[in-house]
Amino acid sequence: VVSTQSTGNYFIQTNLRMKLLTHNMLKSHCKGVVNGFPLKITSNQVDVKEIEFNPDFISRMLSRLDWTVFVQSANLLGVGEGLPDMLPEDQDFDDEDVLKKIHHALLEVEVIEGELECPETGRKFPISKGIPDLRLNEDEK
Amino acid sequence: LESYLQDVQQFSSPKMHLEQYPTDPHLAASVLFTAESSYGDLQGKHVLDLGAGCGMLTIGCVLMGAEQVTAVELDKDAIRNLEENLAEMEMEEMCGVVQADVTSLPFRDNLQFDTVVMNPPFGTKQNEGIDMVFLEAALSRCRGAVYSFHKSSTRDYIVNRFESDDYKVEVIAEMRFQIPKMYKVHRKKEVFVDVDFIRISAG
Repeated sequence: VVSTQSTGNYFIQTNLRMKLLTHNMLKSHCKGVVNGFPLKITSNQVDVKEIEFNPDFISRMLSRLDWTVFVQSANLLGVGEGLPDMLPEDQDFDDEDVLKKIHHALLEVEVIEGELECPETGRKFPISKGIPDLRLNEDEK
Repeated sequence: LESYLQDVQQFSSPKMHLEQYPTDPHLAASVLFTAESSYGDLQGKHVLDLGAGCGMLTIGCVLMGAEQVTAVELDKDAIRNLEENLAEMEMEEMCGVVQADVTSLPFRDNLQFDTVVMNPPFGTKQNEGIDMVFLEAALSRCRGAVYSFHKSSTRDYIVNRFESDDYKVEVIAEMRFQIPKMYKVHRKKEVFVDVDFIRISAG
């Protein structure tokens, strides 16, 4: 699925969509919220785009992720199959089958339209045309 | 590097209150080249671009080997420009874009990036001090180095405020920004501002 946008005289197809890697970074920062992480993803427009598998990159990313939230969110989107509940302690984790499943859920699943819901206030931040909009209204700052 | 960056499309609807103008491609190329060749701050790193605009620095970082770049930008029109530029350069895979306000970043508390790059607004009468807000936000999210541009007139203030046991401030280069007349309000054809390119590193 691609969307087309135009500038001037030509069309560019853009493919920037929100991946679970980005979702793993985001929290709700509404006034008064104590812990706005994680945001609950809901979406009825998800796409899959094949991305070259780089096992080293995935290995390096593992320590940066909030693993529980990643698995939880992947399951919410129906793409969590095969993801272990916990990461092994071993620094040199290199089971390629599992790394491929992680790669798929982390980078190849794309949310085009959807919402990110604050766990405390229920406030929904939109994802539209693949871009999550985390701007606050004046009264939420 | 510079020739790739020259192809980056400019803002299609620049907004005065956000101080939107593209970072000069030659400048972006030199500073990012320095960040990698002198300090190794880009190759294989997770980089944050605050106030990414049309994506000049984001793209430059990917070209210098950044593994993942997260771009934060407030303005939807600028994001559209950014997306198109990333599509043209085929860099969508390495980049994530978040629409948000740098003064209130929506990142989970323990999230740290290896390197932060930015060309922040310098601040006008309406939002004086915004450049320092950007710098504070950048430092709070960075485990490595922050690269930024600031008016040379603020150099002493920046060193006094940020240089400490925890942070080292370096002025890597002095330059003149030529800010083109993009808005009807500007009377001169362009304005020249003395600017420092600085690196603030943790630890």
